[in-house]
Amino acid sequence: MAQELTVGFLPLVDACLPILAREHGFAEAEGVSLTLVKDMSWATVLDRLLYGHSDAAHLVAPLAIATTLGRGRPAKPLAVPFVLGLNGNGITLRNDLADRVLPEGGLGHPAEVGARLAVVARERHDAGRTLRFGVVHRYSSHNYMLRYWLAACGVAPDRLVEITTVAPPFCADALEAGEVDAICVGEPWGSVAVERGVGRMVLATAQIWRRGVEKVLALREPVLEDRREPVEALIRALRRAGAHFVDPANWEANAAILARGEYLDGDATLIRRAISDRLLLARGGDEVHFADFMFQHREAANFPWVSQAEWLYTQMVRWDGLAFDAADAAKAARVFRPDVYRSALKGSGEPLPGASSKVEGSLEGPLAVTTQQGAITLSDNRFFDGAVFDPADLEGYIARQA
Amino acid sequence: MRIAIVDESAARASVIQEGLAALDDCEIFMVTERRGLVARIEQIAPDIVLMDLGNPSRDVLEEYFIVSRALARPIAMFVDESDEESIAASVEAGVSAYVVDGFAAHRIRPLLDLAVRRFNAFARLQSDLAEARGQLAEREAIDKAKRILMQSRKLTEPVAYAELRKAAMNQGRRIVDIAEALITAHGLMGGK
Repeated sequence: MAQELTVGFLPLVDACLPILAREHGFAEAEGVSLTLVKDMSWATVLDRLLYGHSDAAHLVAPLAIATTLGRGRPAKPLAVPFVLGLNGNGITLRNDLADRVLPEGGLGHPAEVGARLAVVARERHDAGRTLRFGVVHRYSSHNYMLRYWLAACGVAPDRLVEITTVAPPFCADALEAGEVDAICVGEPWGSVAVERGVGRMVLATAQIWRRGVEKVLALREPVLEDRREPVEALIRALRRAGAHFVDPANWEANAAILARGEYLDGDATLIRRAISDRLLLARGGDEVHFADFMFQHREAANFPWVSQAEWLYTQMVRWDGLAFDAADAAKAARVFRPDVYRSALKGSGEPLPGASSKVEGSLEGPLAVTTQQGAITLSDNRFFDGAVFDPADLEGYIARQA
Repeated sequence: MRIAIVDESAARASVIQEGLAALDDCEIFMVTERRGLVARIEQIAPDIVLMDLGNPSRDVLEEYFIVSRALARPIAMFVDESDEESIAASVEAGVSAYVVDGFAAHRIRPLLDLAVRRFNAFARLQSDLAEARGQLAEREAIDKAKRILMQSRKLTEPVAYAELRKAAMNQGRRIVDIAEALITAHGLMGGK
């Protein structure tokens, strides 16, 4: 008898793993009958999760931590046993702004684009026309990656530039109407703006942090405990969906599935670009290949590293203007549940890291790491400014980024 | 108290407004345009915002509410922990509510209950309408199938209908299914 699980999602390419787990029968093969519920805002996805309309949700990672810590609403503990993917977002600027900061076209270098942006941002701020960036949610990796980049380039968020929330499907409209000068959004919504000729994509978030945590599979902690068996089955199905997703032989078919009305209701051509790491940066231009634009499977990408949750906590402290709190940091760290991931995949052919936490941003090249089973070689995982995040010293890291 | 109803469906917004109009001492504002939503809310300065749960602008509005905490009249996202039941009912009905911090709790509950009832009433109205539309479409299919039979086999209308009904009974299917199959087959054979 199949066990039923309902998973909420937003129409984004990185909702691919639960969608494909259902469509290709990976969930069914694990004894899970998967129902998917689409919404248009993270607030709704979260409400459905908290009030039991869904058992699990495709969620922006920082929101899982913010919900656990009670930021913006009463605290409800969430658990993340699986990371749905790393990166996959682009920064798209209005054409006039793109021409100032990256006249040569292509994908820029984050530090160079940032330096030129600092000049424009200062001009605009002094002229009373402060530059405005749109991100998809206050508690999103988009917001934290964008702010990380801007701050490191001397463009102080909330002072020199404004950052505001724009729902993904309306990003292109907001850019066109001039409500924002730039957007940081996941695919296919950045490409929609490019296709409409209202902006140029100048950076991928993967350039800011080569292995930045993005969407997660989140559950209410008590639901995870109650439904442990089907959740572990779902984790195995999601891993198989990931292997299918990254196989070039399946790109065409998977793009067509994701494009369907009940899922992204979008253009299969744009979706195929994102999943094959090929981006159209400007209307009428050529596609550019950028390796690991999205990162859904290799290098144990779905493993919920506790250090990722801790990095997100440091950014929450930074941008919400909080003081470091050891109890909150511990709560945030516990949201990511490598124990559940391990338990689900133990004895399978899937590689499992030996550690649950790692120093983020320290690798320039491939490094084989110790594992509990299988082999894992991690590769370049740097932040663009070369800073290293050591989870053993959260306070020091927070102090250095003030 | 000032209540803002944010809904991209003007019809539903009216149904809710109508329900809340019965409350004493209420000023109600409807916002159906997505563009300029935050500015409009700022201008209305509501005590309570009622919003369709699935409204795509919720993240935008929540961000504004969080930032507005710095202002004199901060808006808290509703979800008063003491009243889980009422919130669960509103989520079930598809209403999200945001209330100005410190707003009298005893005034929220009846208002929310009323909003939930109006939302549910609207949902029923919609499903009745969909059902009526479905019935209408079925009747049209049956009429068309009858006309095909009448023309191709020179039958009278009652006989044509009896033929459809007989086929349905023999095959254990609904008359409308037989009618649709007939229309499809007729189309494939080059009929109009």
